[in-house]
Order: sequence, then C-alpha cells, then structure tokens
Amino acid sequence: MNSLMWAALDSHVIAKRNVIKIRRVPEVLMFVLISPIMFVLLFAFVFGDSIEIPGGSYREFLIGGIFAQTVIFGATFTGAGLADDMQKGIIDRFRALPMSRSAVLVGRTASDVIYNVLSLIIMALTGLLVGWRIHEGFVSAAFGFALLLAFAYAFSWVMAYVGLIVPSVEVINNASFVVIFPLTFVANTFVPAENLPGALRTFAEWNPVSAVTQAARELFGNIPPGTPEPTVWPLQNPVLYTIIWIIVIIAIFAPLSVNRYRKAR
Amino acid sequence: MSTIEATGLVKHYGEVKALDGLDLYVPEGTILGLLGPNGAGKTTAVNILTTLIRPTSGSATVAGADVVKQPGKVRKRIGLSGQFAAVDENLTGFENLDMIGRLYRLGRDNSRVRARELLERFDLTEAGDRPVKTYSGGMRRRLDLAGAIVAEPPVLFLDEPTTGLDPRSRTEMWGVIRDLVGKGTTLLLTTQYLEEADQLADDIVVIDHGRQIAHGTADELKAMIGGERIEVTVTSVDSVTGAAEILARFSGGDVQINERSRKLIAPMSGGSAEFRHVLRDLEEAGIAVYDVGMRRPTLDDVFLTLTGDVAESEPDSRAATVGV
Repeated sequence: MNSLMWAALDSHVIAKRNVIKIRRVPEVLMFVLISPIMFVLLFAFVFGDSIEIPGGSYREFLIGGIFAQTVIFGATFTGAGLADDMQKGIIDRFRALPMSRSAVLVGRTASDVIYNVLSLIIMALTGLLVGWRIHEGFVSAAFGFALLLAFAYAFSWVMAYVGLIVPSVEVINNASFVVIFPLTFVANTFVPAENLPGALRTFAEWNPVSAVTQAARELFGNIPPGTPEPTVWPLQNPVLYTIIWIIVIIAIFAPLSVNRYRKAR
Repeated sequence: MSTIEATGLVKHYGEVKALDGLDLYVPEGTILGLLGPNGAGKTTAVNILTTLIRPTSGSATVAGADVVKQPGKVRKRIGLSGQFAAVDENLTGFENLDMIGRLYRLGRDNSRVRARELLERFDLTEAGDRPVKTYSGGMRRRLDLAGAIVAEPPVLFLDEPTTGLDPRSRTEMWGVIRDLVGKGTTLLLTTQYLEEADQLADDIVVIDHGRQIAHGTADELKAMIGGERIEVTVTSVDSVTGAAEILARFSGGDVQINERSRKLIAPMSGGSAEFRHVLRDLEEAGIAVYDVGMRRPTLDDVFLTLTGDVAESEPDSRAATVGV
C-alpha cells in the first residue's frame, strides 16, 4: 500500500474513535443540538417582527444566517477536541506511533462534520416549524447545505491549528467566542449588510461568512423578489467567493496544522 | 552496539537546560533505570529517544535507527508508556488497544486478536468492554502499558510507570514489567524511586539538572551511599550532641544533624544487631529517645550524598519506624 492509502486508513481509525466518543458523551451532542434550536427560536420570535426585510419575511432571511453561524461554531469542536487530546497526552501517544502524520487531523476534522450535519438537520426542522421554506428545488437546497458544511469543514482546519497551539481547552473555548462572534455578527447573517455603517459595512461585504450566508439564501430561494442587488462582487458571486475561501483556507491551514502536529511543542 | 545509544544529548528551552550533555547506553535485552527528581530531565530524554522532540544537539539511535534522521523507523520499533496514562477515557479497554493495533498497522483481525490477548494478560478481561472512565488508576496504567506493547516492539520506554499508584498497584506493576523484559525486550525506565530502579533495573543512571551524576548497578549505588539509614529523634535538644557521638561510632562519622527537629540521620550497614547496639548505647548514656527507626536509602539520600543538595522530590517514606 502506498502512503496515501495508509494515511486514509489511519484517518479512518481516528475518525472512528471520535465517532465512538460522540456516542459515549451524549451531553456534548445534546448541547450541539439544543443551542441551534434555541437560536432559531430566539431570533425568530424576539427579532422576527421588529426587523424589516424589504419584500420578504425576516424569518426566512434569518435562517441562512443562523445556519452559517451555527456551523462555524460547530467547527470549534475540532480545536477543543485536539486541545483536550494534547492536554491528556493522547497526541503524544499518537505521535510516537508509526502512523501517518496527517491522520490525527484529517480524521478529526472529518468526524467533526457529523456535529454539523446533525445540527443542520435539527435547525432545518425547527426552521420549517417557524415558517422557513425552501423555494428552490431539492438539488439546489442540497447544494446549499453542502456549501455550508464545506465552509465549516475548512474553518475547522483553522480551529485545528488553534487547538494545537493553545495551552488548554478552556482557552480555546473562550478565544473562539471572541473571534467568532464578531466574525458572524459583522456580516449579513442577522441584518442586511447594507444596513451597517461605514467600515463595518465594508468588512461585512467582504466577510466570507456573508458570502456563505448569501449563497445559502440564494440556493434555498430565500431572497425575496425586489431585494436590491448587492453592489459588491463577493455578494454578487457568493457561491464562487465561498468556494475560493474554502480552497484558500484549507490550502493554508491544513499544511500549517500538520506541520505543527509534527513538531507539537 | 547497544540497542539504545545516546551521546551528548542537549535540550534547551529558552534559558532552561532540560538536558545538558547526557549519554546513555542500553544493551539489548537489559533494563536501564533513569533515576532522578522532578525536573531532572528524565521525560525530556524519553521524549527525544521516542522522536517526540528533537534534541538541541547530540545524537541518538534506537534499534539501529537515528531518532532525528529516521524517526519513522524508530517509531516502528518502539513502544511508549508515558507519565500520564494516555488512554482514551471514552473508549473501552478493548477499543483503545484495537485502535493502537490498527495504527501500528497490524491489520483489522490481528489487532482484535492482539487486543483480547493483552486484556487477558493484563488482567483486564472483565473490564475490557467498559469505558476506561470506569477504571481505577492502576487499571489505566496497566492498559497504557498494554498499549505500549501491542506491536511487540523490541524497545520499550516507560516514563514513571508507577508514579501516583498505591503500593499494591505498584507491586503489581513491577511484576508486569519484569515479565515483559523476561522476553528479551530492551527497556528504558524512568523513576523517582530508588527502590523501583533497584527492583527492576540492571543498570541505573542517576541524573540531576540534565546531567548524569552517578552510574552503576543498584548495589554499586547503595555501596556508594552507604546502605541503610538509621533515624533518631531525641526528646531534648540538649542530648543531640551526645546522640550524634554515639551514631558516629557506628557510622564512621557521617551523621546529619537537624537541631530544630532534634533529628539525626546516619548510614548504617550492620543490620539489626547494630541497630540494637545503638539503642543500648543511647539508653546507657541516659538519652531519652522520641522516635527511632531503620529505613532504606531514598532518592533524597542518594542526592544528599552525591550532590550535597536535597532532592526536590517527595521522599520515599517506606520507613520501618520503631517507636521507643
């Protein structure tokens, strides 16, 4: 067998280990599933009637944003999981084994997609209950979900890198909060980017979180007719812009993380 | 050629010299005990030899492969059990060993068979299908050790395998380790306990501040530091000098005195007969004794004798104290 096949096999073994963990620690899963429900309900009912979206309903507008924010938060599990393994010495055990040097990270990022698949299903169901609908076809909607997952997957490589450099799980949980909240709020997730003032608006327009949100809305058919056309390229071509970000993030952070893993400390 | 060979290992962390020129030679099929207090550089040495970190300078080969240039080859030939049982708490004992077998690339069927075999050998068969969360400290350590030998590596590294275990689990662990090495494995073992090195190792290297300070068999080291110790605590501070004179007669003059705690410690090689003589002489001199006992030399004594410093580790308190 060549080294690429070994890497795939090793990654599979690691992913399997992580999946067992998801099953054995249902508390984490509960939290992963309950918080998106909470977000959908809170935003739908608290802001639902006070934020106006020209030509459409805020609840339909909102869902794309909540999807994007939630899957990005879901990606932080990758960092927390790795930081935990580092702290407990499990990474050292892996590093002393004759296994592929990328498998721990590839297996981890892959298995963490499960969290996001589950939370997307739960959010979609909750969304349907509060009045969200898919107006495009099934294929288009499926592509929308895939794009959200792919973006979160790419982001989990960023978190993997962070997870390997922080001293503890607590640090990564707090740090990711500080980074991800601005990243997902200074965007078109909860209000249209055009409503934001000056520099914030520019940031939001070029923020990849806005693009993935915009792409999801388009693919779900949640952009009401009569909505003004976006004026910046990323939001005019959200799918392409998102795919570019996915490729760039992985191209930078996958090698960076693997390199860090090889050296660890 | 030795199975483990290290020459001039140096590791700096900024200003701190974790290792400062350490040489180690472990011939095939023997056990080397690397003995030292916390922070002496034991774990750093193990981490370099198991390819986890690179030395700042110096070189080492393990089973014929260079740890810096051929780390992949080294990893195929070693097993490592670290200071903290690095087993996955959420997996069962079986799943842990099975996973390690897969990652050593033993194949699916072989890994399973091997996992069951090891569970049985380490007396974990019944607990094998329970998550490790439910295991005791001793069971975790045994599982961790089992993980290190999944692929039957010719070279094993055990970093403080019994630290934190209760005396019974420790004795059990010693039995398990002795068994392993009976099978021709080469073993490097680190420990803070002289007694442990004594029980297990063919050869002992004592290190402090990243450097070797003594080297020899357990008997050689003990001879160097003068065998057992007698500890006397007198009731009155006035009788410290008198007691010291008596102890000096038996120990050849080498008596440590702590005035404040009224405690005297001296090496003693004459066994229980001599112990009785000391008691008799103290009584004849009219010295009231609060506490007296014989104990085996500890790492503290080794350090005190070799460096004149007190080791910064917990003393091994297996003293057989006789109240008088």
